[in-house]
Amino acid sequence: MHTALRGTLRSLWTSAKALAALSLILGLAYPLAIWCIGRLDPAAADGSPLTDAAGRTVGSTRIGQPMHSPELFSPRPSAAGDDGWDAMSSGASNLANDSAELREQIAARRASAAQANGADPAQVPPDALTASGSGLDPDISPAYARLQADRVARANHVDRARIDALIAANTQHPALGFLGEKRVNVVTLNAAVRALHA
Amino acid sequence: MKDLLQIAAVLAVLAALHRPLGAYMARLLTSRRDTTVERLIYRAVRVAPRAGQPWRVYLRDVLTFSAVSIVALTLLQSIQGWLPLGRGAGPVHLDQAINTAVSFTTNTNWQSYSGETAVTQLTQMLGLAVQNFVSAAVGIAVVAAFIRGLAARRTGRSASGGAPPLGNFWVDLTRISLRLLLPIAAVGAVLLILGGAIQNFHGPQTITTLDGSQQTIPGGLVASQESIKVLGTNGGGYFNANSAHPFENPAEWTNLLQVALILLIPSALPRTFGIMVGDRRQGWSVLGAMAVLFLASLAATVWAETALTGDAKLAGASLEGRELRFGTVASAFFATATTLTSTGAVDSFHSSYSGLGGGVLMFNMLLGEIAPGGVGSGLYGMLVIAILSVFICGLMIGRTPEYLGKKIGPPEIRLVAGYVLVVPACVLLGTGASLLVPGVREAILNPGPHGLSEVLYAFTSASNNNGSAFAGLGADTPYLNLALAAAMALGRFVPIAFVLALAGRLAGQTPAPPTSGTLPTHRPLFAGVMVGCALIVTGLTYLPALALGPLAEGLS
Repeated sequence: MHTALRGTLRSLWTSAKALAALSLILGLAYPLAIWCIGRLDPAAADGSPLTDAAGRTVGSTRIGQPMHSPELFSPRPSAAGDDGWDAMSSGASNLANDSAELREQIAARRASAAQANGADPAQVPPDALTASGSGLDPDISPAYARLQADRVARANHVDRARIDALIAANTQHPALGFLGEKRVNVVTLNAAVRALHA
Repeated sequence: MKDLLQIAAVLAVLAALHRPLGAYMARLLTSRRDTTVERLIYRAVRVAPRAGQPWRVYLRDVLTFSAVSIVALTLLQSIQGWLPLGRGAGPVHLDQAINTAVSFTTNTNWQSYSGETAVTQLTQMLGLAVQNFVSAAVGIAVVAAFIRGLAARRTGRSASGGAPPLGNFWVDLTRISLRLLLPIAAVGAVLLILGGAIQNFHGPQTITTLDGSQQTIPGGLVASQESIKVLGTNGGGYFNANSAHPFENPAEWTNLLQVALILLIPSALPRTFGIMVGDRRQGWSVLGAMAVLFLASLAATVWAETALTGDAKLAGASLEGRELRFGTVASAFFATATTLTSTGAVDSFHSSYSGLGGGVLMFNMLLGEIAPGGVGSGLYGMLVIAILSVFICGLMIGRTPEYLGKKIGPPEIRLVAGYVLVVPACVLLGTGASLLVPGVREAILNPGPHGLSEVLYAFTSASNNNGSAFAGLGADTPYLNLALAAAMALGRFVPIAFVLALAGRLAGQTPAPPTSGTLPTHRPLFAGVMVGCALIVTGLTYLPALALGPLAEGLS
């Protein structure tokens, strides 16, 4: 018993030293080395900042933003934080697929999206009705972008064709033809809409 | 079609890496050569790298190392505000700090804290990320010791008269961390940065958005932690939204990269096993059983999420809790991979899956995460199932059960039974007891059967060291933090104790040469028996609980 206890105490001391040694390599050297490599592509490693014509940072191209102005495209609904789009509180609604609350939310979103864009409620695409996983999804479907195009064109006093061109320029196609979904980055799209007046 | 191509591409990459990685790990776990850095570490820590350890010593060192890790990580969270990169953060409150420390040390990565606000960047890199590495290394070390016990060919007793050694824990831990996990994690981290994952020391930056409102965007050393999070089947996200967060998982191809990293080591380990026991066909039958379960579960989840109709589904709700850049099928692929390994990372929120889809994901964890399972833990879980299958077949055909020439007698099968029963006991007793505790029922978000699923999922996830959440449950209460911490610790270390004890017994046996009456364990038929055995054990254990939760929900 006495030797077993001594062995355990020695093992605890060995554990502490081993953890310290491994922490130096895995917890300091490794992340710092990756940080150094990240400096080769600072835009990505620093969070893909988006700057406006005046050079101010107005967001990140990868993080969706709240949009309430009628002259800008609306993003997907967001459940991040209390009012949505809180990048310090990312997350989903976690509502069950069959919950009454989710059903009500979907109905309300369908009605408001149809009304805001003067469209038939049946045409509102699924991504406009549902909150994303992160609550910060920067993308919308091409269908949702098209649904909003008329409204955005009118509010900005430009031709629908110019808005369509901006949508096309901000549409990402599946890489190699099969990786991922066709989608429109609503953050860069809205930046392009703002730049129309610059 | 496009969606199936994505899945096929990942599986093709894994198939191509299966042999080289399996062989590399076998060399790593049997080589007698140390690198310079490793020799320095052994000297500083004062261990004799060539000294073999019998199972009791190996187990003792696993437990003391994990205990020290838990204490150190709890301490780090308690003093994080005074350390560099603290940025005024307060200490994590004690019950949550203990929960998190146990969670990361047991390779579970259940998260009752919110990544953006509760822990500092130093806690993330020096505490959580380090445990991502070493808890994964512990899992692989244990399976290495188990395989050595199965493969031991010595005839006499060792010099001391005790059981033959199973290797040296400190050597396994160091080598696996530095020569297996670190290089692959580094490559993965660089790829993630190229995809758009962040790696910086910025504090939260508040900016004025395009429509004039304010938004605060966090920074952090995300890519380096993200890559070991998936490679080590850990799963604890840097941010609250885990792999759904655009800074963690920025693109469709990084999503598939993460799935590949999750499955990489667990799917290659059967090859390592085959090489180390000197019969590669044994590795194929284990891999075959894993593959059958994996593909069946993947098909069921994809079908449930794309084809099932419910009210919300009619409204187009298959995107609730999912990111547009991944889509429904790639999200279901990730969900299958994360629940069939012990990862628990999520790129979409399982609580919003259909009743049956969520039920399949829970069943994946209840299977014991053996197809292919967490790094190391999946393979030792499957090998325990193999031994159980040999025993059941032996009873049916009236022969003495043997696995790889080692007799499976009453003492061995008692250890197997112990292993099989620990986790169900934690899950069912934990869920049942918690429903009686005041406050737990109030922490449930969704009413009815889905609410029971939330609690059942939490204890399943904790006991199986998965860590994914049916996140409707508000789990940051003192009772749930500590109860789930206990479930995680018991669900990790008691099975490890049974596995190492079994390894010790098997190592002491002289292998019997195969005869015409030996049950061959390398054929597809035996892989089929393993699949059946895993399903029957799980089904018999959990069917009542599943019927009350996800099944009731799916049928109502």
